[in-house]
Formats: sequence, structure tokens, C-alpha cells
Amino acid sequence: MVTIVLAERAPRMSVATDPHKKFAAYAHPERLVSTDWLAQNIGTPGLVVVESDEDVLLYETGHIDGAVKIDWHTDLNDEVARDYVDGEGFARLMSAKGISRDSTVVIYGDKSNWWAAYALWVFTLFGHEDIRLLDGGRDKWIAEGRSVSTDTPQPAATDYPVIERNDAPIRAYMTDVLQHFGNPLIDVRSVDEYTGARTHMPAYPEEGALRGGHIPSAASVPWARAAAEDGTFRSRDELDAIYRGEAGLKDGDDVVAYCRIGERSSHTWFVLQHLLGFQHVRNYDGSWTEWGNAVRVPIAKGDAPGEVPARA
Amino acid sequence: METTAIPQQLAEIVDDFQALDEPDRLQLLLEFSRGLPELPERFREHPELLEQVVECQSPLFLTLEFAPLPERIVSLYFSAPQEAPTTRGFAGVLLEGLNGLPAAEILAVPDDVPERLGLTRAITPLRMRGMAAMLGRIKRQIRESPAA
Repeated sequence: MVTIVLAERAPRMSVATDPHKKFAAYAHPERLVSTDWLAQNIGTPGLVVVESDEDVLLYETGHIDGAVKIDWHTDLNDEVARDYVDGEGFARLMSAKGISRDSTVVIYGDKSNWWAAYALWVFTLFGHEDIRLLDGGRDKWIAEGRSVSTDTPQPAATDYPVIERNDAPIRAYMTDVLQHFGNPLIDVRSVDEYTGARTHMPAYPEEGALRGGHIPSAASVPWARAAAEDGTFRSRDELDAIYRGEAGLKDGDDVVAYCRIGERSSHTWFVLQHLLGFQHVRNYDGSWTEWGNAVRVPIAKGDAPGEVPARA
Repeated sequence: METTAIPQQLAEIVDDFQALDEPDRLQLLLEFSRGLPELPERFREHPELLEQVVECQSPLFLTLEFAPLPERIVSLYFSAPQEAPTTRGFAGVLLEGLNGLPAAEILAVPDDVPERLGLTRAITPLRMRGMAAMLGRIKRQIRESPAA
């Protein structure tokens, strides 16, 4: 008789992880690489470097040698419905970018890795195992005077399998949030967006939310607090002080994070899930552009989180 | 009969974009981004003379100068960081398309010109709004200038 042992699956890392001392304190140090590590590992078989930016032309001005570009809007979002691509679409994208199911993917981008974290979160919806962020992102690489290239790689197509998204573990829909009341919610937008003084980011365009404020009971922890001046993630101790200390999160908590369209909250999702080790963290990508327009959902204004509403 | 209100130099840019497929349109926008000149020193030392276009996703500042009446030829000046090539590209298009024109011709430019570049799908409507906002603020500065 054959006994099959199903060991708990640790991520299968095809390229050695970065032993950087700062990362060792995080719950999942294998999810980050430093600029030093990346500089030494460019060209390692099995490694694909992906740039994902807010600015759609930034990659073209010069990118890390060999890096491919993935655009959050034209590549990861469905063109018609407000949703992500499906399994076939993702497999096509991965194939075009030279990514195999067992590739080690290192993602970096502008704005302290907002869009890189968003891309990493979308990769996670499809269960791609070995995905890492470049700590400090594009800005740190450039600030260190490291080389960039304007050559666009032409990777050989891969045979990436069609895997349907598994949203439930890490993605919350509006109906999930209405069922979530009583559990912690983290609003990662700016303080003025949280209080309802404004419905969009300072210096950013109005994106058409009809109401201002926040989801009642949500704690305000602007995403940027997790990033240091140079765009790298703050140390484990600093992050614990913010999220466990100030925001009061506890081990075992079921947490939902949101922002305006889900990109800044992907950054916070990464921090909670991979750096601090919370196991039930979901990103509500509908975020304020859905909630602030929805009919008859509760909204709180001002600095205080507000009462926990009844679950709908 | 109504004639088109798009000045020749701007119409040529629109045609150039329209003649390309999408990836090449982005490449052309990148060239406009690279071609955006530095601010003259008198503005570099006086950032308070420039107006920020807050609708852009990256910091973009602009200002105008007018030659004397009757035509009031407009000179445009833009400033945006290198790490914001899309915003710089929009500024570059408006600079080449509008600089040196009489104020009245700029006021007559249709507000939907940014949409005619054919970039909306690749760049998203939201990002295109930044360019529309630049045009809007240029027109407003013309209307509010003392000699208007």
C-alpha cells in the first residue's frame, strides 16, 4: 500500500533566496530581495524580473537589464468588466513575458512599489508561488546609480498552464466587507480621504466617488507609514509597532485592507501577509471608488473609526 | 460653415499620433517627453511663478508669457520630473502644439483634443484627464491675464 504524505507546502524556491539580515526578522523573508542581491542574480536561469509602474512610459525610459514590463491596467485588468484577467488571459500574459509556472519572479516599480505590490497580489490570485518584491523598488535602484537599459527583451514564449483565479483567500468583495464587520479593517488612504475632507489623493485627479469618509470601524494607517524614506520597507520592529501596536492587530485576526482602487492597499496587504505573518488578510480592491458610490452602505466621517455596523 | 479650430501645428501632431498603432503612439509620446526643454533660469529660481496642475498624477507646473497686443502671442513653460514621462509627454505635445500661437487661437482649441491622440486605451481615461487639465489651465490663465 502506498502512503501519500501531504506535507504542508512551503513555496518552492527555484532561485536561492536573499539572506539579507534585515529580511530575516520578517515572517517570510523569502518574499523580498535587495538591490545588491538582484544585481548579482540578473541572468540566473529561472529568474524573471518584472517592472510594474504607475507611469505607463517609465519602463521605456530605462529599466533593469532584462526586465519585462507588466502594466496594471492594460495587462492585469479585464478590458470590459471591473475585474482581473481570467486564467486564460493570465496564462497568455505569462507566456508572452517568458514566465513559467516555476519561475522565480522579482517585481519592482515606482512609488515605493505600489504597483509592484499590486501586481504581486494579482499573481497571488493565480497561485504563482515564487514571487518576490525588490525592496526599495525602482527608485532605490536608480538612486544607487545602478545600470538601466532601454532594450526591450524578447523572451521565448512559455507553456504557462491555465489556472483560474482563487480570489477568496486574499480578495474581498463589497459583500464580504459587509459580512466582515466586527473584524479589523485597515484604511490605508491619506488622512484627508479617511476623514472625508476629500474623496481622492492629494494632487491626484478626482476619481468620482460620490461620498467621502471611511468604512465604519476601519483604523486609519496610511500605506506610506510602512515605507522608509528610501522606499524600502520599515524594519520588523517598526512595522509591529504600527500594525500590532497602534492599529491593535492581533495574531489570528481576519483583516481587510482597502484604499481607493486597491493598489495602495496591496502594499499594506504585502506587509501584513508576508512581512508580519498574518494569515487571513484580504485586499478589498473595490475600495473607496466602489464603497463611496454604493447605495445604502454605512459611512463614517471624521477622525474616529465609528461604531461597528450590524452585518448586512 | 464652421471651420476646424485646431491650429495647424497641433493638428499635425494629432495626425502623427493617429497614423501610428498603439505601441508606436506610446513611443512617440516618449519622444515628446524626452524633448521637453528645461525651464529657463528665471523660472527655475522662482517656482512660485508657476501653477501646479493638481489633476496630473505627477507634479506638473506650468506658466505662460504674453507678447504685447494686438495678437498676444503666448509662450508656454512646463516643468515635470524625469520620472514622470507620461506627464512630460503631455506637456511636450502641448508645447509643440500651442507655443507661439496668438492667445485667441489657443482659447479656440477644442477641449477634447487630448482624446484625439488615440492614447486613451493604453494610458487610461484617468491619466488622459491630466492632459485635459493642463489645456484647461492654460486657457484659464489666458482668460484671467490682465490684458484679456
